[in-house]
Amino acid sequence: MRTVVLTKGVPDFREGQVSFDEDGHLERGKTPTVMNPNDKQALRAAFQTKVRHGGTVSLMSMGPPGYKEVLEEGMRDVYADDLYLFSDREMGAADTWATAMTIATGIEHLGEEPDLIVAGFKTADGETGHTGPQTNWCFDINENLADRPLITHVIAMDVDEEAGTVRAKRLVEGDVSEIETVEADLPAFVVTDGEFESSYRTASQRLTYKDLREETQARADDIDLEEDVTVWNHEDLNLDPDFIGLDGSPTIVSGVDPIPKAPSEREAQVVEPGDEEGMNDVLEAVTPYAGGD
Amino acid sequence: MTETDDYEHYEAVVVGCGPGGAAAAAALANNDVETLVLERGVDAGSKNVSGGLVYAEESSPYTIDDLFPDFREEATERPTTENYIHNVAGDQVASFDISSLHHHDSEWSDAVLRRKMDSWLAERVHEMTRETGGGLLTEVRVNGLLRENGEIVGVTTSELDPIKADLVVAADGVNSELARDAGLMDWEDPDEWFQGVKAVVEMDPEDINERFGIEEGEGHAHLFSGDLFDGVRGGGFLYTNEDSLSIGTVFHLDSLTEEEAEPHELLDNLLTHPLLAQWLGDDYEELEYSAKLVPDSKKAAHPSPHQDRLVLVGDAAGQMQAQGPIIKGMNHAVTAGALAAEAFVDAKARNDPHAAGDLYEQKLRDEGVMEKLRPRSYRTLGKLAEADPISKVTDAVADSAIGRAGVNLLGPGILERLFSSPRMMAVMPDTRTPYVTIPTIIAEELGERVDADNTVEPPELDDRIGDLTYDVGDPHIELVDNSFEASGTAVTACPVSAKDFGGGCYRDEHVKTNGSEEHLVSLDTQPCVECGTCAVVADTHWEHPDGGKGVEYKQG
Ligand SMILES: Cc1cc2nc3c(=O)[nH]c(=O)nc-3n(C[C@H](O)[C@H](O)[C@H](O)COP(=O)(O)OP(=O)(O)OC[C@H]3O[C@@H](n4cnc5c(N)ncnc54)[C@H](O)[C@@H]3O)c2cc1C
Ligand code: SF4
Repeated sequence: MRTVVLTKGVPDFREGQVSFDEDGHLERGKTPTVMNPNDKQALRAAFQTKVRHGGTVSLMSMGPPGYKEVLEEGMRDVYADDLYLFSDREMGAADTWATAMTIATGIEHLGEEPDLIVAGFKTADGETGHTGPQTNWCFDINENLADRPLITHVIAMDVDEEAGTVRAKRLVEGDVSEIETVEADLPAFVVTDGEFESSYRTASQRLTYKDLREETQARADDIDLEEDVTVWNHEDLNLDPDFIGLDGSPTIVSGVDPIPKAPSEREAQVVEPGDEEGMNDVLEAVTPYAGGD
Repeated sequence: MTETDDYEHYEAVVVGCGPGGAAAAAALANNDVETLVLERGVDAGSKNVSGGLVYAEESSPYTIDDLFPDFREEATERPTTENYIHNVAGDQVASFDISSLHHHDSEWSDAVLRRKMDSWLAERVHEMTRETGGGLLTEVRVNGLLRENGEIVGVTTSELDPIKADLVVAADGVNSELARDAGLMDWEDPDEWFQGVKAVVEMDPEDINERFGIEEGEGHAHLFSGDLFDGVRGGGFLYTNEDSLSIGTVFHLDSLTEEEAEPHELLDNLLTHPLLAQWLGDDYEELEYSAKLVPDSKKAAHPSPHQDRLVLVGDAAGQMQAQGPIIKGMNHAVTAGALAAEAFVDAKARNDPHAAGDLYEQKLRDEGVMEKLRPRSYRTLGKLAEADPISKVTDAVADSAIGRAGVNLLGPGILERLFSSPRMMAVMPDTRTPYVTIPTIIAEELGERVDADNTVEPPELDDRIGDLTYDVGDPHIELVDNSFEASGTAVTACPVSAKDFGGGCYRDEHVKTNGSEEHLVSLDTQPCVECGTCAVVADTHWEHPDGGKGVEYKQG
């Protein structure tokens, strides 16, 4: 089993990490970059396949050199056997289409056709959910790895190596959400849902899980980002700069609206803890609510 | 690993990774038996409480450092170099040095904290058992025995598919659900149990050395009995750790319920006694409050702790010896675990692995373990003294002028020797006389006044509970009969509940229905520390929470 997982770095939107300027624009420089949370679910799905059936899990991304740390994060927090980054200036400022084209070409460049490619459902910053499915589409255009079934919104899955199939449960949202079970031939392309849950029901699976988690953490501890991440630029991938990066992106961003600040109806008053009278006022003001009303 | 009928099969499954389970697993792994260990805590030790002193007995075929060579360097606190018992009557105290009782038959004894000890053991156990094709898994709760045609062939769990095995070692401690499922143990009679309650108190190592007059690598064990526990039969202990003290109480559960005593208050009686002022100083900082039942081997140790492929070891089999004030459970769990493993290896060599149970029973007898747990002398002398009319007479005599004269006549020297006699301690009857009456008289007749000012203010119960926060999952205890008559005892006996407390697990309430008033009990399992008390004293359907859920001790 060879599984490839796609990931992207996103600003860490968690409280206390993210920082916006006065106009409500994200301050990229001050906000740390982390692995897109939905992609961790994709990686968990791939890891589950590794635990149950063995093989190799390759984690891949396209982005600036700093994304090596995102790949390391995936290796440490979930699992990865090897890491790949597609990176150079020509690839910069790509939209989802140009990204998909780059990644699809990168996967073809591996030389070994993966049995499974797994992507997470939409990124925390772009929110488009395009890149996964479009990557699969690019295989058809390139005609190298054509005709892979695509299964999206996967919340549980397992492969049957002997039969050469993958069975998955997908969450189909609608007026009434339902769970659909589907089966497809391998090789296949899977997009996990945010609700994906791995499951390990036997002792031997849990023991293997424990072994592999220890291994991947040790690998991440010893990692040398310069040596241990395979970096390919557009020349390595034989990509025409006109079809990737900004030039290859049909999307035109007309503008970015700042995130409106939540309107504050209440006025805040600062009371120093040493100010006894002020503290008394605070107490008096909150006492009526002490009953939980 | 081979699969039979779709279920995984391991040669041996060990349930629980306390000292009993760890020892069984290590001994099995040493003999290349494919061994899977299942532990319900997030970490081994996160569920466990002991006083505790681990003993290595000279007469025992296995000690914990035989199986885990670096045990003392890596997993223990301080060795006990001095031992005292304090007889208390009010602020009068008569202290005896009982080091000889303590050192009797003991190669060494060290104080331990269970989280540190058990998690260290678990790491070793995982390494050792992984080599055999098995390993250790935490956060898995075994919830029953797997049977085929009525015969035990493995275990079922809340988290995993059923697992088959040629040997199932129930090392799941006191309130063993497996022993109950097999019908080998019941949780009926409070007479067969003690309840232990403990506080771990933070203290700088330098302060410990200074206050106890010891040096690094030395430690104290102090025991307390007399009138400071409101007449409840049992006693207190204080042990020095590396940078904390373990202070606790162990009481007969039947006595605790008869007196309707509040366990946390009895602990506070000890913590606030003037005698402890010299050690506790005025910077009391409680790190953890904990509680657990302890079986009394004299009554509870199962003489034939096995059935089909199942063997019980340690507390699960009632193998917890109270040698007077000295409590020995961990060492016996280790010995039993290793003997069970040995029995399986022998049985396998004879091509009859399922004979392991019988061989184990025989080894427990031949190695003298059963005689320690259920001494013949106690069965005759001790039991006799417990007969009600006799115990009342002895208590009255002890408290009479004659008894008091006797105490004075004997004097501290002989009394100290008596207290230090293992033989005496083995036959000590479970009556008020040795626990309360005699120590009180000794203190009154021979003791000295301690007039130190103890400034300790132990935390209130809700603060103690508040510090133990955790996700308990679904309620794991159900009240079968919620009348006060059937289950009201739990309101006081539960170590995290109290009369008129309002918080805690058990509350009593008066409910008016159609003009009549009913006295009922309600239960909230959220603050439960899984001590097991209400499994015995109330009418409940009692289980442990699922893997990874419920109380998580950091000290233990
Ligand atoms: C306050 C107090 C003081 C004590 N003092 C001493 C002392 O000084 N010296 C001494 O030797 N002994 C002392 N003891 C007794 C001692 O703690 C026990 O006898 C000893 O821990 C028994 O070991 P064990 O391995 O049988 O069980 P435990 O140590 O209780 O281990 C059982 C293990 O099984 C796990 N488990 C339980 N159920 C399940 C399940 N269904 N599925 C999976 N895992 C499960 C538990 O989480 C636990 O890790 C004291 C006890 C108390 C409460
Ligand atoms: S509810 Fe029962 S098991 Fe839980 S702490 Fe109280 S007495 Fe112990």
